[in-house]
Amino acid sequence: MIPACRLADLPRGEAIRLDIDPPVSVFHTDDGEVFAIDDTCTHQDASLADGWLEGCEVECPLHASKFDLRTGAVDAPPAKLPVRTHEVVIEDGTIYVQVSTDAPNLPPCVASRLAGGPA
Amino acid sequence: MRTVAVVGASLAGLSAARSLRKQGYDGRLVVIGDEPHRPYDRPPLSKEFLAGTLGEADLVLESDGEDLGAEWLLGARATGLDRADRAVRLADGRQVRADGIVIATGAAARTLPGSEGLAGVHTLRTLDDARALRDELARGGRLVVIGGGFIGAEVASTAYTLGLDVTVVEAAPTPLAGPLGETMGAVVSGLHADHGVRLLCGVGVKGLGGETRVDAVLLEDGRTVPADIVVVGVGARPCVEWLEGSGVELDNGVKCGADGRTSLAGVVAVGDCANWYDPRAGLHRRVEHWTGARERPDAAIATLLAGGAVEPGVPRPPYFWSDQYGVKIQFAGHAGGADSVTVEEGTADDRNVLAVYRRAGQPVAVLGMNQPRLFTRLRKQLAAVTS
Repeated sequence: MIPACRLADLPRGEAIRLDIDPPVSVFHTDDGEVFAIDDTCTHQDASLADGWLEGCEVECPLHASKFDLRTGAVDAPPAKLPVRTHEVVIEDGTIYVQVSTDAPNLPPCVASRLAGGPA
Repeated sequence: MRTVAVVGASLAGLSAARSLRKQGYDGRLVVIGDEPHRPYDRPPLSKEFLAGTLGEADLVLESDGEDLGAEWLLGARATGLDRADRAVRLADGRQVRADGIVIATGAAARTLPGSEGLAGVHTLRTLDDARALRDELARGGRLVVIGGGFIGAEVASTAYTLGLDVTVVEAAPTPLAGPLGETMGAVVSGLHADHGVRLLCGVGVKGLGGETRVDAVLLEDGRTVPADIVVVGVGARPCVEWLEGSGVELDNGVKCGADGRTSLAGVVAVGDCANWYDPRAGLHRRVEHWTGARERPDAAIATLLAGGAVEPGVPRPPYFWSDQYGVKIQFAGHAGGADSVTVEEGTADDRNVLAVYRRAGQPVAVLGMNQPRLFTRLRKQLAAVTS
C-alpha cells in the first residue's frame, strides 16, 4: 500500500498524481468518493490528473477521451484501451493506494521509453 | 425507422454510427465512405504518422472487436441524394434507400490552381495523402509550405524534425490570426523562427515553378523560393457538391439547426461539412475541429431518432489542439469576439503560456502552450460561463 495524501488535503473535484512508475492518479469526486487509476492516458503521454473531472469520469486534458474512474473503461476515441484501476483504502484520514498487479496499457511513446527505446 | 444511412466513414460518421446504437437504434445501418479505408484518425497524419513514429495500425478508430452491426460500403462515393425515393446514389450506380440519413462527408483540402499534375506538390487530408508526403519527406530536401495555418505549421514542424530545410509562406501579415487573434497568432507562429524555419508573411503565391516536377514557389512580390517539395495548406472546403439540387439547403456546407437538423426531415448533418447554428452567437458556424466531429453526432442522432422533438443541449465551447516543435497548443472558445487578451501564466517569449481572451470582462476563449492542467481548468470555467 502506498500512502497518497491526507484526505483533508485533497478537496472534492481535485486530483493528485503519485510519481511512481508508471504514475497513478487519485481523484476525489464532487460526490465525495475517492478513486485511483493509472495517470497516463492510454492514447498519448498526458496526465489524467490534469484532466476534466465530471462525476465519475475524467476527460483526458489533451484529446478528450473519457475514462470511468470506477472501471477504467474508456468511452470514445482517440484512446481505445482502458486504464487500470487501483484499490483505495482510507485509514485514519490518509488515502492509501494498492497498485494493481495487472499490466498497464501505456501509450506507444511511453511504453517504448520504459522499454529503453527511443521516446 | 428501419434503415439509416451514414454518408461518411471518418470520425463524424463513425461517431454517428456509435450514437445510433448507443441510443437504442437496432435497425439496418449502412455506412458509406468514399475512401477505401476503415475509419482512421486524421490528427496524427501531419504529426506522428508523418514523422514515422506511428504506423497505420495506430490510426484505427474502431476498438478491437467492436461490432456496430453495420454494412460498410467503402470506396463508394456518394453522388446524389434523391429526396423523393429517400435514397443515396453512389458513383458505381448503386442506391441506398434509407428512412434516416446522416450527412458526414467532411471537407477536402483546397488546392492551388495550376498545380495539378506537377510532381512534388502535396495537400494533406487523407491517409493516402499522408503516405505520399511521408515517402517524399523521407528523401529530404527543401520543403516550402504554402499556408501558415495549423496543418501547414504542423507539417513544417514535422519536416523540421526530419531534418528538411523548411520555409513557410503565409499570405496574411500574421499566421493564425483568424483562430487565435493577431497577438497570440504571432506568439504561436513564432515557433517557426525559434527553430530556424523561415516564415515569410504578408506575401501571396503567384505560382509554382517547374515543368514536370516543382522546383520553386513564385511569390507575388517577385521573389522565388527554391523547393523540392511543396505542401499546400490553404484550408478545406466542405464536400457537399453531391447534395446540389437535393433539397438539402447548402450555405458554407450543410445549413443546420442547433441540433444538426437540415432543411429536409429525417436528414441530419455532422462534422466538417455541417454548418450548425450557434444559438449563443446567433449565427451559423462551420467548425472543422476533431472534437466537434466526435461530440456533435450524439445531439444530431437524438434529433434524428426523435423526429426533431428534442431540445438541443448547450454545446461546449469548441476545442482544438495542435502539436508543433514539441509544444502542446490548446485552444477553446472563439477568439473573434474578444476585446482583450491577457497572459495569465507563463510568458509568451518562453512559449509556455496561458492566455485568456475576454469580451466586456467575460472570458470567451483560452489558449494554452504547454499548460494542459491550467488550460483544462480554464476550459471548464469557460464552459460554465457560456452555458
